[in-house]
Amino acid sequence: MAIFVNENTKVLVQGMTGSEGTKHTARMIKSGTKIVGGVTPGKGGQSVEIEGVTLPVFNNVTEAVAATGANASVVFVPPKFAKAAVIDAIDAKLPLVVVITEGIPVHDSAAFYAYAVEKGTTRLVGPNCPGLISPGKANLGIIPADITGPGRIGLVSKSGTLTYQMMYELRDFGFSTAVGIGGDPIIGTTHIDCLRAFQDDPDTDAIVMIGEIGGDAEERAAAFIAEYVTKPVVGYVAGFTAPEGKTMGHAGAIVSGSSGTAAAKQSALEAVGVSVGKTPSEAAQLMRTILNNKKG
Amino acid sequence: MDLFEYQARDLFESHGVPVLGGAVAYTPEEAESAAASMGGRVVVKAQVKVGGRGKAGGVKLAESASDAKEKAAAILGMDIKGHTVNKVMIAQAAPIEAEYYLAILLDRANRNFLVMASVAGGMEIEEVAHKTPEKLARIGIDPNVGISKEKAREIVLAGQFPADVVDQVVEVLLKLWAAFVAEDATLMEINPLVKTSDGKVVALDGKVTLDDSADFRHPGHEALIDHAAANPLEAAAKAKNLNYVKLDGQVGIIGNGAGLVMSTLDVVAYAGEKFGVKPANFLDIGGGASAQVMADGLGIILGDSDVRSVFVNVFGGITACDAVANGIVQALSMLGDKATKPIVVRLDGNNVLEGRRILNEAAHPLIQQVETMDGAAARAAELAAK
Repeated sequence: MAIFVNENTKVLVQGMTGSEGTKHTARMIKSGTKIVGGVTPGKGGQSVEIEGVTLPVFNNVTEAVAATGANASVVFVPPKFAKAAVIDAIDAKLPLVVVITEGIPVHDSAAFYAYAVEKGTTRLVGPNCPGLISPGKANLGIIPADITGPGRIGLVSKSGTLTYQMMYELRDFGFSTAVGIGGDPIIGTTHIDCLRAFQDDPDTDAIVMIGEIGGDAEERAAAFIAEYVTKPVVGYVAGFTAPEGKTMGHAGAIVSGSSGTAAAKQSALEAVGVSVGKTPSEAAQLMRTILNNKKG
Repeated sequence: MDLFEYQARDLFESHGVPVLGGAVAYTPEEAESAAASMGGRVVVKAQVKVGGRGKAGGVKLAESASDAKEKAAAILGMDIKGHTVNKVMIAQAAPIEAEYYLAILLDRANRNFLVMASVAGGMEIEEVAHKTPEKLARIGIDPNVGISKEKAREIVLAGQFPADVVDQVVEVLLKLWAAFVAEDATLMEINPLVKTSDGKVVALDGKVTLDDSADFRHPGHEALIDHAAANPLEAAAKAKNLNYVKLDGQVGIIGNGAGLVMSTLDVVAYAGEKFGVKPANFLDIGGGASAQVMADGLGIILGDSDVRSVFVNVFGGITACDAVANGIVQALSMLGDKATKPIVVRLDGNNVLEGRRILNEAAHPLIQQVETMDGAAARAAELAAK
């Protein structure tokens, strides 16, 4: 088992014929993901060969699902067209849609998120995220598949490279699933959604949660951990030393005033029994200790 | 992007949100002629993107055009919380009977939009929200439904507006929502929204934040960018499409991915405590770190006279470590004599051994490799202390 994606996930790539889409489709196939086709409006009926696999291209997701039995998609469509692509996938009742695209206007994300909630049949991950991987089973997005293999740690993070760093630090243990939820102001899947799924997953023993300054997602996750999560959780929050009022990269990474600081997030997490590392290596060490004690 | 008050006023006006006359002035003379065209009695307001300007003396009533000139001369050049005032807004003065509050914003927690409306405007709205929450209506808006006339009326009544202004405030809210959507805003706040002595409801001061990601469908937004405020290094970085923020330390930082770079700032700050040094900047070169991007990044950082050492912290993901290592070597040959400061490189991740081999073979006198993030941060901090 794993969360959200596994060996039975059949994946469409929306925007597969673009340069990013083609590059990452090849990587996903190489890491064992079942890619069953692509969607590019206007290119339906064509087929493309990637990594020795011939993949059909469809005009829309509904046609693609009917022909392939796909149950998930990964979106590499440019920001301008991303909203239409996501709405297309929601209309096809696709259970999982992973939006990698960076730079989608937040009014568009707000619209497709509300639409997904209204329809009630699609889980969105992202936008502006690296996607998610259940090592050895499925890799939806751009997380490098060869950092580590399957294991029993679950990981949820706003940041891409910090996800990779933490997977690398704990590569001798491996992961059930690692989810990069993205750093945009509106995201489809939150820390809390992942914590709930990891708690319910019999093949996950412990959880690493990586946060970032800005917003109050980590504080709300802490409240959720107190009421629902019994598995050990290790936390890391980037941006302890970031100066106030500077935006650094992610839309989420903004410090304004007292709430949203790394220190506030750390104390909220520690108050509910989460061990918080001050650096990625310290957080990894905390997880190492927990798992070794479990073994012993 | 946050707008100045005068830009917010102009944007409101262009969408039919009622405002008073106003004009921006960069010199006392411009302030005088703007005041004269408004009949003399005006308010001179410092244009800075920071709160508390009234308390700092940045807002003054002027009784005549020549008085406006004097007041503008006093306000221009003031420092308000680290922001130098280089322009003022000349605003038509009006007798005010009541002050209200109205705002539409992105609500990250509920992942939709939120309208806040209150009859108790003018003062600190946080205080109203805290002490008398019943006076601040907070109503979520479905982005796919928007605000109908009925919804607007429901919100205005919840905000406890008096009967004689309800129709006007409803109209303002509908116009504000149309502007919010049309301009791809994440915040449009009117505080205060006022009733003047002739019974008219107008926006007296406004805050607007626009979504930079939507710039592709708003060519007009480029004209709103405040080029004067950018640090020269930040401006140079922006011209090269680099995500760079100048900080006040001595250790230059380059990394790939915003989260990792922020984490690097922390690790360097901790390591630097012992040596009295701090990070000099934030620079995220993103996933695809080509030689050119690395050269651009190193060029910006080495151009910062505060920098005494550089820490390149890369986790090889999509772009593997060997490509990054080649990028660093090529970047240093492109920079030639301009590269003068020690560079500590930490590579981890995909093809790390090959990446380290490339740097070892290049044997560049400025490059030192350290295998862990913590160790490399300590080394870079130590070098910056010398």
